[in-house]
Parts: sequence; C-alpha cells; structure tokens
Amino acid sequence: MNRHVLSVLVENQSGVLSRVSGLFSRRGYNIDSLSVGETEDPKVSRMTIVVKGDDYILEQIKKQLNKLIDVIKIVELNSEQSVFRELALIKVKTSMETRASIIEIVSIFRANIVDVANDTLTVEMTGDESKIEAFINLMDSYGIVEIVRTGLAAIERGNRQILNQKKYEED
Amino acid sequence: MKASDAIVKSLLNEGVDMVFGYPGAAVIDLYESLRKSKIHHVLVRQEQAAAHSASGYARVSGKVGVCIATSGPGATNLITGIATAYMDSIPLAVITGQVKSAMIGRDVFQEADITGATESFTKHSYLVKNANDLPIIIKEAFYIASTGRPGPVLIDIPSDIQAATLDKYIQPETVDIRGYKPTLKGHIGQIKRAVKAISESKRPLIVAGGGVLLTRAQNELISFINKSGIPVVHTLMGKGAIPTQNPYYVGMIGTHGFPQANRAMAKSDLLIFIGARIADRAWGGFGDKMLENVRVIHIDIDPAEIGKNLGSHIPVVGDAKHILSEMTSKIESLDTKDWVEELKTYKKTIQHADSEFVNPRYAVGLLSRKLDDDAILVADVGQNQLWAARNFEDKDGRCFLTSGGLGTMGYSLPAAVGAKFAAPGRQVAAVVGDGGFQMSQHELGTISANNLKIVILLFNNSRLGMVRELQDRNFGRITAVELDRNPDFIRLCDAYGIKGIRVTNNSALEAAFDLALKNKGPFLVECVVDCNESTL
Repeated sequence: MNRHVLSVLVENQSGVLSRVSGLFSRRGYNIDSLSVGETEDPKVSRMTIVVKGDDYILEQIKKQLNKLIDVIKIVELNSEQSVFRELALIKVKTSMETRASIIEIVSIFRANIVDVANDTLTVEMTGDESKIEAFINLMDSYGIVEIVRTGLAAIERGNRQILNQKKYEED
Repeated sequence: MKASDAIVKSLLNEGVDMVFGYPGAAVIDLYESLRKSKIHHVLVRQEQAAAHSASGYARVSGKVGVCIATSGPGATNLITGIATAYMDSIPLAVITGQVKSAMIGRDVFQEADITGATESFTKHSYLVKNANDLPIIIKEAFYIASTGRPGPVLIDIPSDIQAATLDKYIQPETVDIRGYKPTLKGHIGQIKRAVKAISESKRPLIVAGGGVLLTRAQNELISFINKSGIPVVHTLMGKGAIPTQNPYYVGMIGTHGFPQANRAMAKSDLLIFIGARIADRAWGGFGDKMLENVRVIHIDIDPAEIGKNLGSHIPVVGDAKHILSEMTSKIESLDTKDWVEELKTYKKTIQHADSEFVNPRYAVGLLSRKLDDDAILVADVGQNQLWAARNFEDKDGRCFLTSGGLGTMGYSLPAAVGAKFAAPGRQVAAVVGDGGFQMSQHELGTISANNLKIVILLFNNSRLGMVRELQDRNFGRITAVELDRNPDFIRLCDAYGIKGIRVTNNSALEAAFDLALKNKGPFLVECVVDCNESTL
C-alpha cells in the first residue's frame, strides 16, 4: 500500500467536496488527508488528496474522480519534483522548568510560537510530513494537549503547471 | 419570462414531447406551465414508476427520458428508479421540486436533500439557485445524460425559483463543460492493436454488452461479424445485440446464461468485450484463473470500466458504434470455420416443456413465436427475468428491456408503459412474477387510464421464486417467500377495467395469447406455475 499525492482541479461550486469525499467512502478508498482552497482562478478550486492504495486502487481512484463532471484535472505528484507542505498547530504543556527547552526545539525546527499561556505553549509549524512528525515526537515527552493539522498542500517545482500537463487518460 | 415557462421552453428545445410525473406543491408552477404547453404529461400512480417509465421510454425512443416529482417524498420515491437507470446507463433528466430556497436546511414540510441522497447514482445533479441559470442547466443536463456513457441527471428546483422571473431567456447554443469531454472515437493505435490481436487468434469470441444497444450499434456489429466471422455471446444487458437465428450467435453468458455460451468463453483464446462491464453475474462462474489462458480486448466508452472488474490486454476507450465500424474497415476475414463448427457441438440447454402447470419457459417461447418481429418485451426481476431472457427470441428490430444492473423488482409494468408511449405502433409485452407485479400493480391505473395495449404475462407461483430457490439450496428450508394469500389477479385487473385470463396448463396458452394479442386494450395472461419451478 503506497502513499500517493493527487492534485485535483475542481469547479469551485457547492457540492463538489461532498461528491469527491463521498466517492472515496462509497468505493472504500482510504484518504489520509484532503485539503482544498480557491486557486488563481476564483471559479476553480484545487484539492490535494493523499491516499493509500496499490496500483489498482490508485488507477480506480483517478478514473472514478475523472468521471465526476466537476473534476477538471487530476495529476499525481511525486515527492522528488514537488514541494509538499503541511501546517500544524500544536499546543504543548509547559512549566517554568520546561519552557526554555521547548523554545529551543521550536527554534531548531524554525517553527513559531503563536500563543503563550501559564501552562501551555502553542506552536505553528510548517513543513513536510516527516518534519512535523519529528517535531510532534519530540513534543510528546512534554505532553501534547491538542494538535490541528491542515493536511498536505502540494505544488510541482519549476515551470510545470497543472493545467499545461497531459490530462490523465487511459492510454 | 416566468422561470417555470422557461423550464418548459428549455425542455421543448431539447425535443421533449412527453414527460412522466406526479405533481405536488413544490412543482405547482411547473405543472401550470406544462399544462399550457404541448408536452404530453403522463400521470403515474407512484413516483418510482415515473422514473421506470421514463427509462422504458428512453430505451425504446433513443431520447432522454424525462420524469418529474415534487419535493420530499415525491423525490425520494424516485430514488429506486434513478438508481435503476444509473446501473443500466439509461439517459434520464429527472426534475424535482424543492422547498423554497430560503427554507432549505430547516427541515420544513416535504423537504429532502435529494441531490445529496442521489449523489452516488446520478451521473450529475444540479440544485438551481438562480432562475437565470435554468436554460444552461437544462441544456447541460440533457447533454450530460445523453453523451458518453449515458445516465440519469437530476435537476432540483426550489419552488420560489420556478415562480421567479428570468431577466431574459437566453437559449444557449452549445455546451462546454471543461471537466466533461467524453472520448467517443477510439484511439487509432489501440484499434490497430486490437485488429492485430484478432487476426492472430484462433478462437476469438465477441462478448456483446448493453453498450452495443445503447449506441444502437447492432448493424455495425453484424457487419463486423459478417466480415470477420467471429462468433458472439452476450450478457443479459446485451440481449438483442444480434438476432438469435444469426449463424454466429452462441448465447447468453454468466451465472444464469447458457452452458454452450459459457463453454465458448472458457475455450476461447481471445475475448472481445464490447460495451460490457463484466459484473459478477456475467463473470461469476469463471474466476480469475481463466484469464491466464486468454487475451482480452475491452472496448468501452467509460475508461473507469476498463480494468475495474477484469484486467485487459488491449483497452479501447470509445463509442462501440464508431470502434466497430473502424475495426470492420481494418479487419480481414478470419478462418473461424472449425471454431464455429466446434461451438455448434456444445451441448445446448434443454428447455423442458412438460409440467402439470404452465411451464414458464414454454410460455415465453410460445409468446415469442406469436409476437411481431419488432415487438418489445419487458422482463421484471426474479425467475421471470431469466425465463424471459432465455426464451425470448431476439430479432433484428425487437427489443428486450430489463433491470439488469440493480435488479429492481417492479420494473416491468412501468417500463412497459414508457416503451408503449415511445412506440405506440409496436407490440409491448411485460413478463412479471407475482412478487414484482404487486410492487407495481398501481400502474394498472396508468395502463388503464391511457388504454395502453400491453400484454401482461404474469407467472404466478405464489412464491418469491428466486429467493425460495436460494434458501432451499443454502438452508434446505424456506422462509418469508410464500405469497399464498395473493389476490385474485383477474378480478384485480377487472377492477381496473383490464381484461384477463387465467391459464393453468400449457395447452391453453395458445388461445390465451391469441385473445391477448387481438384485444384492443391491455390484457393480463395469468399463468399458474408450479411453486417449485426452478430458474434454469
């Protein structure tokens, strides 16, 4: 079961998210994460969907997504030629004794502290998934109160644009 | 222009002259506009029948079938009909009323989220938010329903939108949906590969599916067979793709198919699937092991069907009609004489005719002989579906309709209504069991009110026969399948003003069919069938 990152252009209309997410649940495909937002064209939204599946499942996901009238284009992004980023907000327990060492780790990871309270710190952290996982593992020993993650956003490196690429087709 | 008038104008622009429906508060404006128009409205007796009738109409006429229901329960009653059409790829435009825009989401009287509920079995759906969008939405809906792989498209229209006024009715000339560009013409390289594989094969076999009928490619298929000499089997949905008497005809495949057809599949070295999705009932008996010794060409308009149920060596995406004529122009005549002769030696199914009761196989066979060469037979679901499919002779110009994908009991009566409206001059017969009959018997009202000359062939075994058989096989006992207190169907039809006759043995069938076919209106032939009668 490999992990795949799909970038999907869809019409920016109500009901699209439901159609896409419904398709995954109804056909038994697993979504690791899904993020969506408007693009440079306000009529178009772009979804980044992270899925797990073998070649058969991936093929089916692409084909079934393509059948949705609102789906304009699907491209699979590979990690070498793309930038993957996710944002996480992590609320950690702190005390007088631990605060300094947490701040040190935050600065090593080039994360930001966005809120400080008497016994918690909230960290804003951007990176690919492995960086975020590594940070969360380190924070675990201090005690994590809450985590919020946006899911992956991804874009291809260099001049490549999703609209200029060959549309996914059978052959 | 008033929006409801604009809806009717848009329907007229799409060539609609008939709709099937059931009115209600949320479509009251639309119905007033329909009343003033020349579109003929057929009032069904329950909304599910409107969808099935539209489906029967679409399949016979080749046009998009239109059905209309009100919000809430009207719309939810359509659901089974929509799902039935979706599974069989039938083009429908489904129009539902919705509560006032401002009330949506408040759970008001007769509110149901019908676009949400039908999301997984509509090809596409619209919830109209602005009356000015109606002309383009309706244009798009018909385009999406009828092109590519056909299917039902739902348009949900809040009642305040129907009553609103358009700034200006602008008739859209063309449709351009950037996310919807179906591939019609097959990739020429793939077609060449397919033709090469065919010429290299010794025992090629065509498996014709419903796609051949949906694209009306029967003539192209015959030309291809005549030039190449390749024999043909078909799926349930592909029944009618070639005439039964054609020398290359082998039979229906699958769990309920003919042994000679299944054996042909197993012996073939190249299977050419055309417009077939090879679902479990068609493929069930074979298993993946069979694929080790056979090459597969899969022709389908829907790329998602290729590789879904069956791996293929040569996929060809496109319209069956186009690809068949391309292949015909490229194919050389093959030497299939030995292969075709071999197929003729395979043991055929023996259709038993002896019974103390009416033998349903004999009855369908006899009716088939009596019907015209362009008759339409609509089969319901259950044992009757297979008795009908296995014994109704396909001829050039005949038409066999059934709910093959979803397997919806109660399909036959309303679908026969739609078929009759689409082809008033052709004979229409509905084959149905006593279970399915009672799921749609309200449509006797529609049949009677419109004096539709439909022959209803009812097989009454006082059982839900197919389930009985399944229970008996699996558990040696039966439960909840006895319909022993059935009504008197002859008297029931009489109450609707429909004539009928009860037949209890084979010898009385011929006279009954003569009576039925001579009758000017609808006619019921009720056949009393042994409750232990088997499907095959």
